[in-house]
This record gives sequence, structure tokens and C-alpha cells, in this order.
Amino acid sequence: MLKKTRTESMLLNVGPSHPAMHGIVRIVAEMDGETVVQSEVEIGYLHRAFEKSAEQSGYLQVIPYTDRLNYVSPLINNVGYCLAVEKLFGLKTTERSQYIRVIMSELSRITDHQTCIGASAMELGAFTAFLYLIKARETLYRLIEAVTGARLTISYTRIGGVKGDLPPGFREGCREAFKEIRSVNKEVDALLTKNRIFVDRMQNTGVISRETALAFGITGPFLRSTGVDYDVRRASPYLVYDRLDFDVPVGEHGDNYDRYLCRMEEMEQSIRLVEEALAQMPEGPVLLNTEGQVIPAETMVDEAKMGRTEGLGLKTADFDPTLEGAHKSNYAQIETSNKRAMLPPKEATYSSIEGLMHHFKMIMDGHGIRPPQGEAYFPVEGANGELGFYVVSDGTGQPYRVRVRPPCFMIMAALPLLINGGTMADIVPTFGSVNMIGGELDR
Amino acid sequence: MAISIRNLSTTLMHSRKMTMEQKSGLHIKLQQEFPGAVLSVHDQHGDETVTTKRENLLEVIRHLKEDPAFDLNVLIDITAVDGLGMKTKPRFEMVYHFYSLAKKHRLRVKVKIDEKDAVMPTLTSLWPIADWLEREVWDMFGICFEGHPDLKRILMYEEFTGHPLRKDYPYSKRQPLIGPKHA
Repeated sequence: MLKKTRTESMLLNVGPSHPAMHGIVRIVAEMDGETVVQSEVEIGYLHRAFEKSAEQSGYLQVIPYTDRLNYVSPLINNVGYCLAVEKLFGLKTTERSQYIRVIMSELSRITDHQTCIGASAMELGAFTAFLYLIKARETLYRLIEAVTGARLTISYTRIGGVKGDLPPGFREGCREAFKEIRSVNKEVDALLTKNRIFVDRMQNTGVISRETALAFGITGPFLRSTGVDYDVRRASPYLVYDRLDFDVPVGEHGDNYDRYLCRMEEMEQSIRLVEEALAQMPEGPVLLNTEGQVIPAETMVDEAKMGRTEGLGLKTADFDPTLEGAHKSNYAQIETSNKRAMLPPKEATYSSIEGLMHHFKMIMDGHGIRPPQGEAYFPVEGANGELGFYVVSDGTGQPYRVRVRPPCFMIMAALPLLINGGTMADIVPTFGSVNMIGGELDR
Repeated sequence: MAISIRNLSTTLMHSRKMTMEQKSGLHIKLQQEFPGAVLSVHDQHGDETVTTKRENLLEVIRHLKEDPAFDLNVLIDITAVDGLGMKTKPRFEMVYHFYSLAKKHRLRVKVKIDEKDAVMPTLTSLWPIADWLEREVWDMFGICFEGHPDLKRILMYEEFTGHPLRKDYPYSKRQPLIGPKHA
């Protein structure tokens, strides 16, 4: 005689702390055996009041906070925020600084995609691909460190330009890094793209239709995997993207596998963009014979304090490595000439009272950068999609309101639709392809 | 030190020139079509913006979504601004950003609402993403959304009191730590 088994669904908490959660987020899933019947996503575990903090600080002080939004590609956040404030200001930036911003954004995009692909492959058991990609990412981090002085919390851009010029040997560094990345990508491609296990778990899982993606305001590789060729760099070009030639890869099925392929191709396109930008970029200053002209920064400050300022401003200060590339000779090409937005070069601050006052005016509370009253929204293409900054100014030295449109917020809102009806095991690749970044999602 | 504003005015003119070229005039067009609903328009820094009455918001937005001339099919963002620090009246301003995928243009729609009557119609029937975005506005500003299916906090926790992005919420205010409920 057959006896009917009594079945009932089970509530399963995935997260907030779970090895396959990229950060802390909680998915409450109602399971029927291995199948997800219903699910709910709970976010906010990494909320650090970015928007509130931004209202309390000066315009320049917000830049370090933006590093901590999407900490896998912090340079794009820096660039986005500065572009929004510059729009509010009506500032024009120099050509070289725009190229530098493009180059650094694209390097960041590559690191982001490498992390995303590496981590999601690792969660499916492909640890080798993860190690290869992280090893290749290291070459980029070394480049980023050479330019900005830091690996992660880079705070590289300034309102009106960037902190310092590219270091000598940057081109060669890029060439070598790209050689490494291309060879690693080839290996990863060989390891994953036709790998039976990987394909079986990625294809036809986490499928989203074009209409649903648009209704949820999803952008970036996630939207492009459904066949929509929306890319902010193409749709509303900013910086010098309109002068550069690149392709926007699109998928077809909107599943995890297409998203993986999109990201792989986007890395190649980013490399292409950097190579083109490096070729087009106007040359930096030529180093002349600096014999006897370079003095330690402390000596410069001491001399100025003694009043021996004659000819001092013409010399170059040798300062801390974190300020590399911010010399006076670099300044004309990397910073705006608008004195209301630029920080003076360190040589001017150290050697003259005018420079010191200018610096004081830009840094002190109640002074600083003051864009005219108004509001501006600036979208840039982040690694996960449209990253927008909406800045409101009341004419004082502090932003009245800074709103970030985080691209993965929209994807996380749609996540239940992607995982409902699938199996528990499918949550892992789907969630991996979301590339959720807690800092950006919860701000 | 005297700071020359000459540089500033030339760059401002430059940005205005750019604005002229990019303009597609959506805000003017909308004002002509809904003279009773649109209160004011501007295109500062090239961002075309309309301010509408709250009672007409749904009607205007449905038109923006469905009329092929506007075709604003993507809801980019919903946020709010608390005008307390600027002493604007009414206090709150809802800010909606829209984008058209086909026409590649953007429009910002704003609605001004009073503190005592901080209730907005929900957009969840038109865009599912409005669900989470409106929850965030509720969480941060305490603005209610009428007809929202599940209006609860999203970034803060249930036990949190107050709405942190309001200008009268002190930045350094601390709230008691909460532990596990059944400990």
C-alpha cells in the first residue's frame, strides 16, 4: 500500500554571512525540496550613511567617501562624482586629464570584471580561474598604485582634474599588464567557456527578459546580456569617449552564461579603449634638466618661512610619493585653470603667501569649492551599469544633497524573479553574475 | 586674495552653449500639453526638468511613458530632497529621473510636497523598480507612498526611529544597539 509522504515548504536563510555572498546580504528563500518557491532579498547591512556624510563635508571631502561605494572599481566612482560637481559648476577640464580619467576608469572596469568572473567561477568550483584572474588583476593594481599611490582607496580625481599626472613608464606598464591580462583571459576562456560543468550551470539559469530588465531599470552588462545595446559611454558620451572607437558587446538570452561572455568581451574592449586613449592623449610635460632645481619640500617650506622666497616658486619640490605627479610642471595639463575649483600646486602653497592663501581658501571649512545654486545629474557607465550622481548645491561649501544611483540596487530588486522557480544551486551562479557590491548597494 | 571670476564666467558660457546643442525641448513640450499640471520648467546645466502638481503626477508620467514623442520607458531613479536647510516651502521635493532608450533623452520630473501631507502616489503599477526606490525614500525621508504593496524600511532596520536623511535628523545621533529578538 502506498503511503503519501507529507511535504511542506521550508524557510531557508541564505546569508547575511555566507561564503557565496559577496558581502552581507540576506536571501530568505522558501524551499520546496531543492526548488525555490518564493524568495525575498534583504539589504542594508553595509549602510554607512554615505549620502548623509556627504552633506556634512566639503565638496572635496566627499571624494574619499566615493572610493568606498564600489570598492572593486573605485576610480569610476571618483570620476562620476567629480563630473557631476563639474557639471554643476560649468567647469571645463583639460584634455589630458580627461584622457587620464578615461584610462583609469577602464582599468578599473577590467579589475571589476576580473573579480566578478573570478569569484563566480570559484563559487562553481573553478578555483584555478579565480587565482589566474586575481593574479592578472594584481598587475593592474600595481599600475593603479603607481598612478594614485594606493591600491583601493585611491581618491584620485579632483574637482576640475586629477591629483597627479601619470608616472613615467606608465605606457610600458600598461603594455605589459595587457599582455598578461590577454594571456590570462585566453586561459580562462579555455578553462571555462566550453567547460561542460560551467556551461551547464550557467546556461539557462538566472534568465531575465529584456522587458523585465528595462522595467527594473537594470543597466550595464546585465541589461546588455538580454540584447539591449545600452551603454552610457555610447548613448550619452562623456569625457572623450566619443573620440574613441569601441564595441558594445550584447548577449541574446539574458542568462548567466551570456553575462559571463559579455563581461569577458568588455574586458577586451576596455583594453582597446586604453590603448587608443594612450595613443591619442596629448603629451605630458617634458622633463628638462632639473639639476639644482629640485629641493626637498621641507626645505622649501623652511626657506619660505624665513622669507627667502625669491626664485623659490620656480623650483620643484620633492615631496611624499603619494603626491607623485602633482608637480607644478604637470599642473597646467591635469587641473582646471579655474581658481575657484583648483587646489594650487604644492610648490605655490609652500613658497608664496598667495599660494598659501589660495590653498587655505580651498580647504578650510566655510570656504572651499562653492558651485552656484542648482542641481545636476551625471550618469557614467560603472562596471555594473549606469552609475549616476545627483548633486544639489545651495551655493555654500558643502553639497546640499548627494544622491547616488547605484546600479546593483536595481538588479538586487529583481533578484527574486531570477531565482524563484530555480534550484537552490542556481542561486549561486545567478547571484555571482549580479556582481553585488555591498558598498554601492547600501551606501 | 582676489580671485578672478573671469575664468568662471567663460566656462559657464561654454556649458550653456553645449546645453543649447543637446536640447530636445521635452520640458517645454510637456508644459504645452499639460498647462494645468506643469507648474514650472527649467533646463539648468542641460538637464530638462518639469515640476508638476501632485494630483496630476500619475497622469503625466503615464503620458511620458506611453506617448511615442516622449517614450520615456526607463525609470532611472527616484529620490527626494529635504528643503529645510534652504527654507524652501513646501518642504520636500520628490525627484524622478527618466530615460528613453529609443530616443536617448532624459527628463527629470519634480513634485513639491508639504511636510504635513507627505504622501505621494506610488509608481509601482507602472515600474516594478519603484517598489524598492520608494521604500528607500520612505526609509530615508519619511515620505509615504499611497498604494505601495509593502512599504517598509530597506536600508535601516525595523527598530530604527526617525528618517536619517531629513535635515533635522542630527548627523551624530546614536540609537541603541539591538540584539537578537529571542535571546
